[in-house]
Amino acid sequence: MIPEKLAPQRPFRDPSFGLVRKFVRINWLFVLCVCLLAGVGYTALYSAAGGAPVPYANGQLVRFLVALGLMLGIAMVDIRLIAKISWPAYALGIFLLLVVMKFGHTGLGAKRWMTVGGVEIQPSELIKLFLTLALAAYFHRATQERLNHILFLLPAVGVILLPVGLILKEPNLGTAVITALIGATVMLGAGVRWWKFALVLGVLVVAAPLLYHHLHDYQRARIITFMNPGSDPLGAGYNIIQSKIALGSGGFTGQGYLHGTQNQLNFLPEKQTDFVFTIIAEEFGFLGSIAVLGLLFSIVAMALYTALCSAHVYGRLVALGVGTNFFLYCFVNLSMVMGLIPVGGVPLPLISYGGSALTAVMLGFGVLMSVHVHRDVEFANEEF
Amino acid sequence: MKRETKDRSAFNRRALLIGTAQLGIFGAIAGKLYNLQVSQHGKYALLAEQNSISERLEAPIRGLITDRFGTILAGNQQHWRALFMQALAPDPQAVLDNFYRLVPLPDDEKARIATDLAHRPGYIPVLLKDFLDWPDMAALEVNTPDLPGVVVEVGASRSYPFGPGLAHAVGYVARPNAREAAADPVLSLPGIRVGRTGAEAAQDAALRGMPGFVQTETNVHGEVVRQVAHDDGTPGQTVALALDAGLQALAVQRLADQAGAVVMLDANTGEILAMANSPAFDPELFDKGVPAATWAGWMADAKDPLQNKAISGLFAPGSTFKPTVALAAMKSGALTPDTVLTCIGSFTLGDHVFWCDNHVAHGSITLHTALQVSCDVFFYQVALMVGIDRMADMAAQLGLGTDLGMDMPDASPGLVPTLDWARSRGIHWAEGSTVVQGIGQGYTQLTPLALATMIARVATGSAVGPHITRRIGGQLQDGSDPGDWPALDVDPDHLAAVRQGLFEVVNTPAGTAYASRLTLPNVQMAGKTGTAQVHNNTAAEKQKNFNDLTMAWEDRPNALFVGFAPYDNPRYAIAVVIEHGNFGAQSAAPVAHDLMTYALTHDPAGRDTPLGGAAGVAPS
Repeated sequence: MIPEKLAPQRPFRDPSFGLVRKFVRINWLFVLCVCLLAGVGYTALYSAAGGAPVPYANGQLVRFLVALGLMLGIAMVDIRLIAKISWPAYALGIFLLLVVMKFGHTGLGAKRWMTVGGVEIQPSELIKLFLTLALAAYFHRATQERLNHILFLLPAVGVILLPVGLILKEPNLGTAVITALIGATVMLGAGVRWWKFALVLGVLVVAAPLLYHHLHDYQRARIITFMNPGSDPLGAGYNIIQSKIALGSGGFTGQGYLHGTQNQLNFLPEKQTDFVFTIIAEEFGFLGSIAVLGLLFSIVAMALYTALCSAHVYGRLVALGVGTNFFLYCFVNLSMVMGLIPVGGVPLPLISYGGSALTAVMLGFGVLMSVHVHRDVEFANEEF
Repeated sequence: MKRETKDRSAFNRRALLIGTAQLGIFGAIAGKLYNLQVSQHGKYALLAEQNSISERLEAPIRGLITDRFGTILAGNQQHWRALFMQALAPDPQAVLDNFYRLVPLPDDEKARIATDLAHRPGYIPVLLKDFLDWPDMAALEVNTPDLPGVVVEVGASRSYPFGPGLAHAVGYVARPNAREAAADPVLSLPGIRVGRTGAEAAQDAALRGMPGFVQTETNVHGEVVRQVAHDDGTPGQTVALALDAGLQALAVQRLADQAGAVVMLDANTGEILAMANSPAFDPELFDKGVPAATWAGWMADAKDPLQNKAISGLFAPGSTFKPTVALAAMKSGALTPDTVLTCIGSFTLGDHVFWCDNHVAHGSITLHTALQVSCDVFFYQVALMVGIDRMADMAAQLGLGTDLGMDMPDASPGLVPTLDWARSRGIHWAEGSTVVQGIGQGYTQLTPLALATMIARVATGSAVGPHITRRIGGQLQDGSDPGDWPALDVDPDHLAAVRQGLFEVVNTPAGTAYASRLTLPNVQMAGKTGTAQVHNNTAAEKQKNFNDLTMAWEDRPNALFVGFAPYDNPRYAIAVVIEHGNFGAQSAAPVAHDLMTYALTHDPAGRDTPLGGAAGVAPS
């Protein structure tokens, strides 16, 4: 019977569930939002160059289109196949972190970058996705009894702490914290008891002064500057002050496109990367800021929707992790721009100039879309 | 299956909880954005404005001062100055040390620089040294690599091509003091100057102009990104003085190193054609800074080089006061041109004997002879007849002892005593004081400007007022036309009688100034000599009768001469005072002769282009 064969809850048994079918099942509203954000990025980068498509906007557009193709391609890949390569991906990620530590380029006082075949790679961005995949695989078949067993949880904590430690070594405080938080969120989604998180949080609060002692000078400087931005007007705090001036001078409707004085007069260093949001806020005002904020949250919300739709634990946890990653990017970047948390070198995904973060985020979105496309596949009773 | 559903709903609860938390955080971010962008917009908009737009006022170019023919008397010249922008120096102190090694500066200047550097942002230039000379420039040029942040730029300073010759009439400028700068922000601009004396001070408002501004957008390093707006401001207006630079130069030359002053007027308008003082000073020093030794020298100089004696130097008029006495007497009816009075060489009032000049008896004479030979005894008697107050009334009519409304600061009205004045000062007015008033001695103190005005009024019968400004911004000023002045309230016949006497002074062999008569065809000068005692001379000095040059300089009488020409159609009036120059005929009248000759041959009065169309006299 054809109708039963085509029953939507079991599409994969139907040979007609081919690429075209999968392609249609992609969340196109999500893709539209991603493209809109990339358009916002193009607009902002065009302005950052003083009203020119070079050197930022066009280059970024090309990267985005390549990444978009990559994302749609990954969306076609069976989520079960992705689940199978979760651990090798994690291993690759750890390997790359080690490589970058040994041979990587030094940028802004930290070894974060490496070049593979002409493409700049920041392994710390990739490992956030690979960690999500690995943890999702680890908790895929976990029963509540196992979840309550401390010996089952410890390896997972180890899986999180290994990359976190390596990223801290780079050093990159912001990404390390984000990585740890992603890991924690995935574990929360997997069903680990609340009180265990409370315990870890308590330990961290107690250990914080000790950790502060081991921070790099620049990391301490950031924290100190954050406490009192006025104390060092041309140092690290300068960025926060100028950033807030850019936001505040935007007002409700903005100073007009290409007419933001803070942006056009180069008061903000690296405005095309970490502080790209200030361009939008200054030139399009509060209305523009809120619109972008709404777009960003729609991505987060749709990732969560995919998680809720997924019939399998692996998909739920991956979607949760990818969504959380994107959310944390936005949160850290926007808070940093508004001077709420110390400056951390975290870009605004899809909008900031730079290929590494964009590629990593779009890879994650590819996996997310794969979850969405394959939200009701049946996993064999296996573990990874 | 059941467990799976249970797990799924547990996950959904947690996922929704996480989603809600994320939404809450986004909401908080939106709230903070609202706070920054809408609530605090005003504050940050202002900060952004300060960040980017810097407005700099630029000092306007000070207006020129020219003579009536356009010869520049005060101009602007470029000079070089060194500025320091410490933001461009990696090690500002090292740069300063290098600079001081190349261009040594006094300690107080170094202290000022240190203060300026400490109180200004790094991209606001601080003046290191003004008026760089060529060795300084060369040294800085060669050592540029050691001096990052040091900039040599051009500035404007005031130049006075005639130097000391016009120091008093044109005046000088200086930097505004702290009080002035606080009262008017424009005066705090670097490079701006205010007039302190002379025409520079009197016409300061016209000369100063309106400041311009440059608005620039700067980036965080203070580097100018682009110029937003530029306004050149309004340069100061050109002020054309009534002076004739050629006449002035001759006056300066003739005074030479004698102390004294010369004022020459257009007799029909009161325009000042020459105003010379000696000694004088270099007016440019006040812009550059007066060296302490120079200042001390000026202060110690008995000839007082800083004083504009022409308008504020007070001298007893001596016999130049006699025409005033004669006019007062004729007006009172006590004297007519034909009244005969007798001179026996002396005049006795009570137990005091007043001598005539040289103790010579002039015999029975009338007014014109009394003026011609400058008989003192004649005027002793006339003074007693007319009285002190009527002499003062006539003096005031003629511009003596009264405010002349001179368009220049520090002009003194001088003093012609009245009984009221004596009473207010608690002075007992003896008749003897009236007697010596008849020959311009005693309390009377007048400026050369007042004497020149007096003789101009006597010459023309017009109540002209002295003034030095002819045009401001090309606009002819009131008083430049003879019709601007009212007629004098003096009987023309009386004036004619006095002028007759003054003619004989210069043009008859018996006249006191016969030696200084004009040698031009068909033109005669009329005038009056004066020799005024500067204090009560001792008997020994009187014995020397001022002829002996062994007398101390400061004890010698002042020499004066007032005159006008041509006699039958007066155009020029002059007053010459040579301090301690002995006889007026001897030292003052020859100066008047030379200047009058120049004036009559070049005829500057009423002209804006020189006679014959020749260009103005080039500065020496």
